[in-house]
Amino acid sequence: MTLSDPDFQGLAGGLLIGLSCATYLLLTGRSVGISGMVAGVFAEKRLSPDKAFLLGLVAGPLLWHLVWGVWPPITIHASFLTVAISGLLVGVGTRLGNGCTSGHGVMGMARLSARSLVAVAGFLAMGALAATLSHLLTGSTQP
Amino acid sequence: MKLIHLASFLCGVIFSLGLIEGKMIDPATVLAFLDFAGTWKPTLVFVLADAVMVASIGVVVQKRRTRPWLDKAFYMPTRKKIDRHLIIGSMVFGVGWGMVGLCPGPAVATLLTGNVKTLVFLMALLAGMHGFSLWSRRAG
Repeated sequence: MTLSDPDFQGLAGGLLIGLSCATYLLLTGRSVGISGMVAGVFAEKRLSPDKAFLLGLVAGPLLWHLVWGVWPPITIHASFLTVAISGLLVGVGTRLGNGCTSGHGVMGMARLSARSLVAVAGFLAMGALAATLSHLLTGSTQP
Repeated sequence: MKLIHLASFLCGVIFSLGLIEGKMIDPATVLAFLDFAGTWKPTLVFVLADAVMVASIGVVVQKRRTRPWLDKAFYMPTRKKIDRHLIIGSMVFGVGWGMVGLCPGPAVATLLTGNVKTLVFLMALLAGMHGFSLWSRRAG
């Protein structure tokens, strides 16, 4: 198997994400889960480790821009209406299912949680279905 | 601000840089994996598999410890039951994820990049979460 450049970047990106999750766990005793962190933002005013983590998440692209002089590319072909509906579904779904790609996808899998395995199967299957269907129906999900 | 907050902030920065380096901050990369009708690209698998492997080293070390370095105890998810909420919730999340290619992490990371569409996504995400908490409180 030959790995292409994006594959190597993927591995490097995954390494950083895994490192972040492992470090956050061992230092603060908490499991990284962005949807849960976001849901807790307005729960209390005090600064918490989860809030500080989110601030770091927001600061990342600024740091990237500072060092490399460019913003990371963000390509979205979907309409504003589609984006809004998508956001609503992700908001409701991650609360009902108690996690997203980080909490279930990374930390849940790392903890060998049966719940997370079920969740990952659920969102990967429906994600593939939704992406493939919307491509076939609109022909405009990808550049 | 305490040491634990600084450490958490830095973890968030590293996570964010990982999303950028692995191109997960770009919904196009996510859709290139989820969309089987387009030019399929496996990048997401490399990112996810690698992240899980490295994170699991942290979990192995955690199991040998009684408390984290900067706090009194581990605060880990305690639910064990695989119920209807988990299955339906993750499927609803999947539909939203596949429509645009955005999930909560990358969406939050783009907050200050000036992208209007991800901002709309974030607003809708918060509205969805708020709506859910109102509904679940009423449903008890």
